[in-house]
Amino acid sequence: MTMLNATDIRKSFGTREVLRGISLSAAKGDVISMIGSSGSGKSTFLRCLNFLEHPTQGQIALGGQVLACKRDRNGDQTVADPAQLRAFRARVTMVFQQFNLWSHMTARDNVMLGPIRVHGLSRAEAGERADHYLSRVGVAHRKDAYPGFLSGGEQQRVAIARALAMEPDLMLFDEPTSALDPELVGEVLRVMRSLAEEGRTMIVVTHEMNFARDVANRVVFLDQGVIAEQGCPREVLSRPQTERLQGFLAAQAA
Amino acid sequence: MIDWTIVREMLPAFWHGLQMTLLLLVTSAVAGLLLSVPLSVARSARSPWARWPVFGFTFVIRGTPLLVQLFILYYGLPQFGVIRNSTLWPLLRDPWFCAWAAFTLNTTAYTTEIFAGAIRTTPAGEIEAARAMGLTRAQVFRDVFWPGAWRRALPQYGNEIIQLMHATALASTVTIVEILRVGRDVYTNYLKIPESFGMAAVFYLGLTLVLAGLFRLLERHFLRHLDPRASATPMPEPVKASAHA
Repeated sequence: MTMLNATDIRKSFGTREVLRGISLSAAKGDVISMIGSSGSGKSTFLRCLNFLEHPTQGQIALGGQVLACKRDRNGDQTVADPAQLRAFRARVTMVFQQFNLWSHMTARDNVMLGPIRVHGLSRAEAGERADHYLSRVGVAHRKDAYPGFLSGGEQQRVAIARALAMEPDLMLFDEPTSALDPELVGEVLRVMRSLAEEGRTMIVVTHEMNFARDVANRVVFLDQGVIAEQGCPREVLSRPQTERLQGFLAAQAA
Repeated sequence: MIDWTIVREMLPAFWHGLQMTLLLLVTSAVAGLLLSVPLSVARSARSPWARWPVFGFTFVIRGTPLLVQLFILYYGLPQFGVIRNSTLWPLLRDPWFCAWAAFTLNTTAYTTEIFAGAIRTTPAGEIEAARAMGLTRAQVFRDVFWPGAWRRALPQYGNEIIQLMHATALASTVTIVEILRVGRDVYTNYLKIPESFGMAAVFYLGLTLVLAGLFRLLERHFLRHLDPRASATPMPEPVKASAHA
């Protein structure tokens, strides 16, 4: 069953066309890795999916329901009904490269806020939910700490718990390990791998080729704003068809 | 030496002066705080229609001495017949109202700039994370945007309030009997510095200590996220041998 359907997403910044018509659909349980060199548009595409970036053109549907859009003042697409956008975002949560935890809240409060405000949970219910997901990602012992005193790996796991606590249909990961020290990457990837094994639907922009190969069931290679290659990770990564992907993989391996 | 009989005799007067100083301070600080929140948001807005008028206001107020502002309100406005005949005249001829208005305008301008500075350093990612979760604009403001800005502004805001407290001494120039005015009256009567201005200084110093302590408490509460002790992981409980093992 198709969960998310993005059709012909285009995005221009001024005269520079960053996304030149990308279509992607994710079925329930899909783990899709998006790879590509920096500037290929993969983060921009991911941010268009939840309208943090307004696509210049294109259509996004969740569970068959299309988000009705209107033009913003730059001529880009914005969701016409803010309430529909908020409901959409509550079902499609995002994990950021820079974690973006709220620095004045404890780890636990960070995880509780969304369920309280968006789902209307009581503090007690949200606290229980937060404790559950914090132990799910292995940082329960740090729940009362503030983000400034957590390691990068702990911060990112709290951020994943925060996204999980919304009990979303789809999770977007925007280079979740790129800001981490090499020795902290593993702990975050392990959590993500276990989420994939649970059957969660995920779209992951990443530079981690091992994750793309072993965990994802589909890999999408973006080049200059279009999908240059996609398919089963083992196929695509071991027998790249395009010169660009061959070059990219060689550079990654080096 | 200090003539303690004068001090003792004048203490009730100083006490009254202290109450007036506090009343001026609290009422103008509260009004200034309430006005500064929306003004600082407007000051940092993208739209020039929101930004420039607020900048004009803070520029003029911060660019002129508070004493001048007070004199314009108290002595200057009554020169205009329109104002003397207006319904606001009973308020505008009242020295207490003029002093309050001058202090409020002044602290609003400074506080607005302090808050606007804190708003400018808002981490964009924190706002994005809140929006990406489906929070409404009002919720983002209340839960993430304002609490962050308020915390970054707090140390500077504490200084502003202490300066405002010292500035209330200017109210003595428009017939208001606050601490400094009491000191001046004592001096006129006895021509002794320690028992008059010295006492006033002691009261101001005491007030400064109280305010500084108050803001230290506020910082301890609001800036917990910067305190390493608040984030320390408690030592794990030692595993107890079970009685039924």
